[in-house]
Amino acid sequence: MTQFTLNLIVIGMSFALYIGIAIWARAGSTAEFYAANRGVGPVTNGMATAADWMSAASFISMAGLIAFTGYDNSTFLMGWTGGYVLLALLLAPYLRKFGKFTVPEFIGDRFYSRSARIIGVICLLIISITYVIGQMTGVAVTFARYLEVSNATGLWIGAALVFMYAVLGGMKGITYTQVAQYIVLITAYTIPAIFISLSLTGNFLPPLGLFSTHDASGMAFLAKLDQLVTDLGFRSYTGHHRSTLDMVLFTLALMIGTAGLPHVIIRFFTVPKVSDARKSAGWALVFIALLYTVAPAVGSMARFNLTATMWPGATTGDTFSQPAVSLEAIETAPELQWMRNWQVTGLLAWEDKNGDGLIQYYNEAGAANEPIASVIAEQGLVGNELTTVNNDIMVLANPEIANLPGWVIAIVAAGGLAAALSTAAGLLLAISGAVSHDLIKGTLAPNISEKTELLVARISMAFSILVATLLGLNPPGFAAQTVALAFGLAASSIFPVLMMGIFVKRINKHGAIWGMIAGMATTIVYIFVYKGWFFIAGTNMLPDTPDAWLFGISPASFGVIGALINFIVAFLVSNMTEETPAEVQELVESIRIPRGAGAAVSH
Amino acid sequence: MSDRTSSNAYWQANLRIIYICIAIWAVVSYGFAILLRPLLAAIPIGGTDLGFWFAQQGSILIYIVLIFWYTARMNKLDAEHGVDE
Repeated sequence: MTQFTLNLIVIGMSFALYIGIAIWARAGSTAEFYAANRGVGPVTNGMATAADWMSAASFISMAGLIAFTGYDNSTFLMGWTGGYVLLALLLAPYLRKFGKFTVPEFIGDRFYSRSARIIGVICLLIISITYVIGQMTGVAVTFARYLEVSNATGLWIGAALVFMYAVLGGMKGITYTQVAQYIVLITAYTIPAIFISLSLTGNFLPPLGLFSTHDASGMAFLAKLDQLVTDLGFRSYTGHHRSTLDMVLFTLALMIGTAGLPHVIIRFFTVPKVSDARKSAGWALVFIALLYTVAPAVGSMARFNLTATMWPGATTGDTFSQPAVSLEAIETAPELQWMRNWQVTGLLAWEDKNGDGLIQYYNEAGAANEPIASVIAEQGLVGNELTTVNNDIMVLANPEIANLPGWVIAIVAAGGLAAALSTAAGLLLAISGAVSHDLIKGTLAPNISEKTELLVARISMAFSILVATLLGLNPPGFAAQTVALAFGLAASSIFPVLMMGIFVKRINKHGAIWGMIAGMATTIVYIFVYKGWFFIAGTNMLPDTPDAWLFGISPASFGVIGALINFIVAFLVSNMTEETPAEVQELVESIRIPRGAGAAVSH
Repeated sequence: MSDRTSSNAYWQANLRIIYICIAIWAVVSYGFAILLRPLLAAIPIGGTDLGFWFAQQGSILIYIVLIFWYTARMNKLDAEHGVDE
């Protein structure tokens, strides 16, 4: 059976499963469509939240980000998990007690202001739409690589699938498909990791393998990796090479950004009780941690395997005890077939610059004082000859690098699709809820019946899918930059306003509105000043380098400062204006107490 | 009024638990994993030091423990103040 047939069978089976769930979990009311009738158990919701949260970026890119940077990119590991502590402690239980359907609805009610609600909708739409573009491109790329169709065809197939379960089932359909998608993606992620950890360290648990002994050399694995990469002129894997201040701020920005993402928050509206919301955040983190503790092992081991492929001597002895891999081996050896496969995609490229028949991989910039320097002199090297290594290869090519059977490769493909599709569906639900519930029912046509609202919600969902697909077909050139924007906005606008709404009664509508505007505006301006206005290349007013950043704070970390500005402005403005009305203070009192959350089900 | 005082005591107790959790959360992530890493450099673990372990694995495990501890603590508090569901 060819690899293509295997891919087709495994992906086809996973899709059949999602469609089956869609038909079984149709939504019959707005409560089912927006919040799965608040009948999802905490463990199930935790699993769905994990799939909702772990996107194409977590599944495909994160291990690669860690692989080529090492310790300095631990920021992603802590930032994308630590936010759940904030969610469990500061937001989820109270928003569940509030008992409505959307995040802007809470902002509107707590700050007794339609303007505040509309600003919330605008933040939500910017965050979720920029985020969904990345998921749709992830779907397109995965389809194109594994099913040999064009990007556009892949995207339309993915869109049709999301349409089936999201439009039919709303939150209810999405929840149960996300559970299935979680199982597919975690299986796909861990199977290759277990094989690789076993082959390198003899430990079948990758998180333990990371800190154990490298079998072939008898050295601690991380010490071996450090030695190998520094020999070649790269920065050490476990060392700290980045600005400490920026590392702290970036981690914090990812944490509060995570806690402020609307598509994650609404998942906690689906559980029956306040205590379930707390517990569910814990379960979500357990399921997320299954991937996030494996990712650093996958990253470091894949980096080792790749580097040792280029320098075969490194596996057992000194890095330079054998010559570099030969061009002939790369072009003909059966065990290096994966290099030829990935060369086709452009994600991997090599060039024998000095014509010696060997491909030497090293870091030109850091070579001067390392062992590679003498090799460069002896062998007359004129530059690094492994010219392109894309980060994403670390996960996608992993099963091939480790020579795993074809069905593992097919499962990885299905896993990548599950990660992208589950996140896309959660985002689309947040978008369509904001349009149908906050804009149409909440502002434009408050008198529509529940049945009409359900229809409007379905139409908004279909429309959102269409917009997301069109954006995925023609991704704006800035797609990669938008992650900074989405997290920056969630951190600087949504997280502070929700937290103050729950914990500080004194914050009134003026404080909330001006706080959100100030936090959002400063963050957007700071990002645009360095990245270019609306990400148009060449329009940046200052160079995007650490020297030019204000106090060395990168644009991606600025959400923290934006959040701080939001808090300060909200406090100052609230203290200068009227006391929060008594009925709103009562509302705050009531969301602080768990009792009575069940009654909210009948809303 | 008795309701109000009871809920105030409940709220103050809740805030205290939140402060404890946030303090641990911050010390683990920003302390052990980043700022205090040089101080932990003497404690070796699997070819590197304790700070690296906290940054890539330990902090995540502690977050999980924190959330479940918070949940259990709050369930108890809810029951004590008669505000559970």
